[in-house]
Amino acid sequence: MKNFAQLFLALDETNKTNEKVKVIKDYFIKVPDTDKMNMLALFTGRRPKRPINSTLIRTWAVEASHIPAWLFEESYHVVGDLAETMSLLMPESTNTSSKTLTEWIAEINMQAARTEDERKEWLLASWAMLDRQERFVFNKILTGSFRVGVSQNLVIKALADVTGIEAPALTHRIMGSWMPDNYTFDQLVQEQSAADNISRPYPFFLAYPIQETSEKSKTADEIQAALGPAEEWQAEWKWDGIRAQMIKRDGQIFIWSRGEDLATEKFPELHPFLNALPDGTVLDGEILSFQSGLPLPFGILQTRIGRKTLSKKILTDSPVATIVYDCLEYNGEDIRQKTQSERRLILEKLQQQTEFPEVFRISALIDFSSWNELAVTREQSRAMIAEGIMLKRKNATYQVGRRRGDWWKWKIDPLSVDAVMIYAQKGHGRRADLYTDYTFAVWDGDKLVPFAKAYSGLTDQEINKVDYFIKRNTLEKFGPVRTVKPELVFEIGFEGINKSNRHKSGIALRFPRILRWRQDKPKEEADTIESLRALLGENE
Amino acid sequence: MATPLLQFTDRGIYCEQGRFYIDPWKPVDDAVITHAHADHAYFGHKNYLAHHLSREVMLYRLGDINLRTIEYGETVTKHGVKITLYPAGHVIGSAQIRVEYKGQVWVVSGDYKTEDDGISTPFEPVKCHHFISECTFGMPIYNWKPQADLFVDVNNWWANNVQNGVATVIVGYSLGKAQRILQNLDLSIGKVYTHGVIENTNEALRRNGIILNPTERITIDSKKEEVRKGIILAPPSAVGTPWMRKFQPYSFGYCSGWMALRGAKRRRAADRGFIMSDHADFPGLVSAIDATGCECVYLTHGYTASFSRYLSEIGFNAREVHTLYGGEEEDASITEGEEKDETAPSGDIKKELAV
Repeated sequence: MKNFAQLFLALDETNKTNEKVKVIKDYFIKVPDTDKMNMLALFTGRRPKRPINSTLIRTWAVEASHIPAWLFEESYHVVGDLAETMSLLMPESTNTSSKTLTEWIAEINMQAARTEDERKEWLLASWAMLDRQERFVFNKILTGSFRVGVSQNLVIKALADVTGIEAPALTHRIMGSWMPDNYTFDQLVQEQSAADNISRPYPFFLAYPIQETSEKSKTADEIQAALGPAEEWQAEWKWDGIRAQMIKRDGQIFIWSRGEDLATEKFPELHPFLNALPDGTVLDGEILSFQSGLPLPFGILQTRIGRKTLSKKILTDSPVATIVYDCLEYNGEDIRQKTQSERRLILEKLQQQTEFPEVFRISALIDFSSWNELAVTREQSRAMIAEGIMLKRKNATYQVGRRRGDWWKWKIDPLSVDAVMIYAQKGHGRRADLYTDYTFAVWDGDKLVPFAKAYSGLTDQEINKVDYFIKRNTLEKFGPVRTVKPELVFEIGFEGINKSNRHKSGIALRFPRILRWRQDKPKEEADTIESLRALLGENE
Repeated sequence: MATPLLQFTDRGIYCEQGRFYIDPWKPVDDAVITHAHADHAYFGHKNYLAHHLSREVMLYRLGDINLRTIEYGETVTKHGVKITLYPAGHVIGSAQIRVEYKGQVWVVSGDYKTEDDGISTPFEPVKCHHFISECTFGMPIYNWKPQADLFVDVNNWWANNVQNGVATVIVGYSLGKAQRILQNLDLSIGKVYTHGVIENTNEALRRNGIILNPTERITIDSKKEEVRKGIILAPPSAVGTPWMRKFQPYSFGYCSGWMALRGAKRRRAADRGFIMSDHADFPGLVSAIDATGCECVYLTHGYTASFSRYLSEIGFNAREVHTLYGGEEEDASITEGEEKDETAPSGDIKKELAV
């Protein structure tokens, strides 16, 4: 655990990518193989199940810290991270421990079978033998909020250096559902084929935005200059659903979401067509709600995400289908190195053979001969229930991760309204102890009605200024939330708008964020609830 | 009830009987100053009273002011009110101000820390009836390491950078932390180079008779290869400026109590965050307040709401008061002891540096 805590500290102590890679390499070289796999699991989001619920952990941490519970909560609001708060508040350790990361994780997993009293005794004793940094990472693992400021790419890069295996191959090998107790370092570094792990997905190829922000929209001419002749590209609608990889191997089917969650059971409508696919097929596409052959807005699909069981009603109200746009494996062969056009032909062939064309759809190619023409077509995105247009180079291979060059997304400009900030709350992580999470309102007559929360879009400098304003213009405090004097106006952008009976305003926004601070606008000139309702009408 | 000896007004802490203000932020006739940081020593008062060791820095920062300075323990009487200064341990020349009239004793802490930093006269608790205290770090998450341990880390980091051939830039505000760092560096590793703003403050302190370790001001003639073998002492305002970028490649360490939190550290984007503060940590505040034996403690800046609640729960009579000290209330985004005179270096400082 000392090595792991040290790794965490060293990663925190540098902002330079190369140094981070070096620190991770040093760690890999130093620790036993089992620790390597545990570290990889944690850094790629495969953490152990939470054996103790966080309310109990908090209660015991308050006890160990010898401070009142309210002061613990206040401290948490300042620190913005539970694991860190607990590690800061507890007294210095009285013992030391030489257990490895693997041993600690085994102990954590063992707690599931223990009684509450046993867990408490174990936890208090554990805290007492870990120093502050060790305690912090231990708490991170325990509370399941294990997020490090290190991208998976860096870990892969370090691992590639240590093992001599190329990064894309490693990225592929650490995908899918493994845990450190069923996947060894030896297995990871051995030559593998798809058959070794029939559920394993390929790393997703992700598109880069062609316009960095909505304010920097690109004209057809600029696109021409950046991407070259239109005839080298294929264009499709950018569907607003759940990106998924669908696998049929050895008579079994698997559906993976982009977050590497196995979601096979969540989409029973797709099972018949997947089962009918030839073995050794992997498709990449988007899952959407469909009705009478038309996609429904994302809000409808949202109602079934996150449900443990799918009721008949949900299946009737929000039936799904998939729009497939790529084929990564065919006849058991990895075809990611074939060109976009070649893969497309294979995909078309597969789709023509299906008996379920209503569910197994193919993403139609948009017919265009110039960027100008495509720019005009793009204007219809919202009517198509699409988020914009995808551009794919016809001779592109299917690559790993987000890459510039061959896949671009050309999104439509977001909808927007000007709104007044009325509540603020402190942020987390690097924004801890700063007011960064805001609630916005629009006018309903002479009243302000809250309609959206947003916490991104401002620069650090703007955040400091807004934070300064909030601290001096607080009307009331409700726990961590402050009611702020309505004065600051912001332009709020969003991708979609839906009716909602859960919200006071009667509407729910998709992806609300701050586009800019309208320092030029007095609050009286913010938008009204009617203007939002008008957008709702347009959208339906 | 009679008027309290000290009152909180919109100009600052006011003694009606003595007709003077303590650390006022709007122009007044008679100002008693705890220390020379910009959020305590404002420009524009007719008369200033402060500690001897604040003299040169105040003249340097505030220009031609009418300043009288006295020693710790020395008493000045204004309209029957006795004013005595006691060391606050915050920075060189910082004082707590004890005010006495007809047996009633009030003490204004200004900013303070309880640990002896080896350069500021160490904090001394003063018995009083009413104590006006800061609480910049009045949350139990703040527990400072002993200074000696801290400088082992700083010196190791520096030595390591020299070995790796990268420059070392250490950042701390120019009055207080800069000298504290300077006096605790291991000079067998290399030389200490200073940013102009810090060197100006050093010179003022030297004029005041303070003996500081040798430093070399970075100028247009400074050689980058030489500077790289030493350590560069820079103020927060230099971070991210072209002045600093010229020393690339460097490792940049930031010294502040706020570095205790990962979030604040990441926001600063420093390579290393050293948890070093000239303010008392949580246990330091509680012990200092306890040692005054006061009937009532007033909290001027920092986490005043939760700290006063905590003090009340453990048996103190504690109140929050509103002042403009500390730059920003509970605000981790702004440097301690906000230094308004240290705006980003302009052209002339750029010119000072050899390219």
